[in-house]
Amino acid sequence: MSRLAVPKTYKLFIGGKFPRSESGRTTEILSPTGAFIANVAKASRKDARDAVVAARSAWSGWAGATAYNRGQVLYRVAEMLEGRAEQFVAEIVETTGVTPAAARSEVTAAIDTLVWHAGWTDKFAQVHGGANPVAGPFFNLSVPESTGVVALVAPSSAGTSLIGLVASIAPALTTGNAVVVLASESAPCAAMTFAEVLSTSDIPGGVVNILTGDVAEVAPWLASHADVNALDLTGADTTLALECERAGAETLKRVVRPGTFGPTESAFDRIAAFVETKTVWHTKSLA
Amino acid sequence: MSFRNYAPAPESTVILNLRPSYGLYIGGEWVDGHGGSMTTISPSTEKPITEISLADASDIDRAVAAARKSYDTVWSRMSGSERGKYLFRIARLLQERAREFAVAETLDNGKPIRETRDIDIPLVAAWFFHYAGWADKLDYAGLGVNPRSLGVAGQIIPWNFPLLMLAWKVAPALAAGNTLVLKPAETTPLTALLFVEICEQAGLPAGVVNIVPGLGEVAGQALVGHTGVNKIAFTGSTAVGRQIARTLAGTDTRLTLELGGKGANIVFDDAAVDEAIEGIITGIFFNQGHVCCAGSRLLVQENIHDEIVEKLTRRLATLRLGDPLDKNTDIGAINSKEQLERITAISATGEAEGANRWTLDCPVPDKGFWFRPTVLTNVSTSNTVARDEIFGPVLSVLTFRTPDEAIAKANNTPYGLSAGIWTQNASRMLRVADQLRAGVIWANTFNQFDPTSPFGGYKESGFGREGGRHGLTAYLATGGAR
Repeated sequence: MSRLAVPKTYKLFIGGKFPRSESGRTTEILSPTGAFIANVAKASRKDARDAVVAARSAWSGWAGATAYNRGQVLYRVAEMLEGRAEQFVAEIVETTGVTPAAARSEVTAAIDTLVWHAGWTDKFAQVHGGANPVAGPFFNLSVPESTGVVALVAPSSAGTSLIGLVASIAPALTTGNAVVVLASESAPCAAMTFAEVLSTSDIPGGVVNILTGDVAEVAPWLASHADVNALDLTGADTTLALECERAGAETLKRVVRPGTFGPTESAFDRIAAFVETKTVWHTKSLA
Repeated sequence: MSFRNYAPAPESTVILNLRPSYGLYIGGEWVDGHGGSMTTISPSTEKPITEISLADASDIDRAVAAARKSYDTVWSRMSGSERGKYLFRIARLLQERAREFAVAETLDNGKPIRETRDIDIPLVAAWFFHYAGWADKLDYAGLGVNPRSLGVAGQIIPWNFPLLMLAWKVAPALAAGNTLVLKPAETTPLTALLFVEICEQAGLPAGVVNIVPGLGEVAGQALVGHTGVNKIAFTGSTAVGRQIARTLAGTDTRLTLELGGKGANIVFDDAAVDEAIEGIITGIFFNQGHVCCAGSRLLVQENIHDEIVEKLTRRLATLRLGDPLDKNTDIGAINSKEQLERITAISATGEAEGANRWTLDCPVPDKGFWFRPTVLTNVSTSNTVARDEIFGPVLSVLTFRTPDEAIAKANNTPYGLSAGIWTQNASRMLRVADQLRAGVIWANTFNQFDPTSPFGGYKESGFGREGGRHGLTAYLATGGAR
């Protein structure tokens, strides 16, 4: 007689913990063949606000960590993902119906994306900032700093349920931002399993918060939240992006519009999208 | 007459050769605007200077079309080195006519000639000179080889540094290969219109620079909403910045915003006091406090509060308020009646909320708009004068005990443009600078500007940087936030 499997309860990832939605709501996720997979938590406005609180609390520690430390932590996430690669391949195949080869290539791309960003943490400031030769007796230096709390809509196009999420959050994390990310609505399972990877890596709780559910319902709450500094709308459709950008204008959020970057793209500019340049002047004298 | 009184030393306005009226400058020609006209006045005398034609939406349409045409047919096809030479010419011409521009700016804006002569106009020339050299070096801007320009830039500038803000916008836009439509502020269009003469003397191709004076809610709105514009650059209030960000939501138009501020100027008890006093004064009384990055909140360590306030007011008593064209003048006129009313009202609110008011005891001219330098002490963080941008010569004084408290109070604002730190302890200075959420931090100095030095805000002070390589990339195609 075959053994009855023990399926996973998919919950949210907020502040390093795995709570259910406070709303008690779930969404039924079916496989492409119509088989029941899971009841995934359907995040509410309150969950989104809890996630922002968690992100804001975690941000100063993450932003204040040394770049070397952030690099090691991101590399550690890659290590954890590598170790569970087969689990992700199986899950992506089951939940999205892609071939095992396609799933494997998505998982390895996600790992390599994390490694690429891990290597950027202690180089980005040098490349992006620098000394400014002002016409006067001043020391003058410009350095990039993290923008703060970034809310992201992860891509939902086919074949991006993991890599789309990783390629979205890694650039923001590289420079010290904390993130609240809305996972792909149609294929949220890999995102929540990735939360387990984060949970067993050294990423401080709250630096990454992952919500599942109705993206069009939750994203505008994040876009209008005064304690969110920036929006990445890469995964939003035109209507949702317009609504979010408008809401974000009230607190002058930095916005990455859909189409600015490909759903799986890694780019220097994508890291640069969520930094603020600080310029410090100091007098020079022998006095 | 006290020994402190100087004989008047006014700069002559004979050097100016103004026309009785100015139109819009579109496609290399002066044309009449369809949005009516207004008289630009000198805020120190309320005397008319000249008549200004105003743009309406149809004029903006024509200006954008002219900019597009010159972009497509001339400017985008020109080599970077040729573009750069035009900018070098402009820089040189501005230096040659610096005195004239200084006088015109002081006349139209009300700021002291000492500032326009020594700061505004020299920086304008420096800005063009700096960006001129970038035009043929875009490959080194960090955006890969041969980065694309954006197309037509719409630029809206404020009244506090009229020509300098024009330079901050125009120089990088042209260096990067864009053409532009620029709307100067309603109360200070004069130097932007005189800048047209510089463009013509430089032989700049028609339509590359279009200057369209007009009202914000007419010409400004039309420019922001124009579908033919690829980039909007705005310097002004946070309220208008919000509107612009809303208007551009869902479009492909790139946007950079330089908005308001409520800069903290933090003085620790180990600061060089006399230098700090000068820095506090530069921080808030430079340009009558009409400075978005002004150090309008003085955070002084509690144990030296009384000493600082006493020395500050004693030093302020030597400032000379009056005719901006007089070379001895420190404090000029408030730019407009509306701004004077706003400063007056918010200062009164400060007093009503419990602040103690000190105001410079000095005569004020009968005509014009004047506000005597004012220091408000006993201000707490929740007071209106500690939260709202006043944009005038009013300093709010707060105290702190520990560096952590100073940092928390400094960051306790939706703005994040500038901050100052006064301490002889270099380690403390650098640690505090790390913790402040502001785009420009002046340590043991204040209100320094340079074309190589990126300037711009955190949080609701806007996004994007002006100056240096960072400012150049705001006019080049790149990935990234807007």
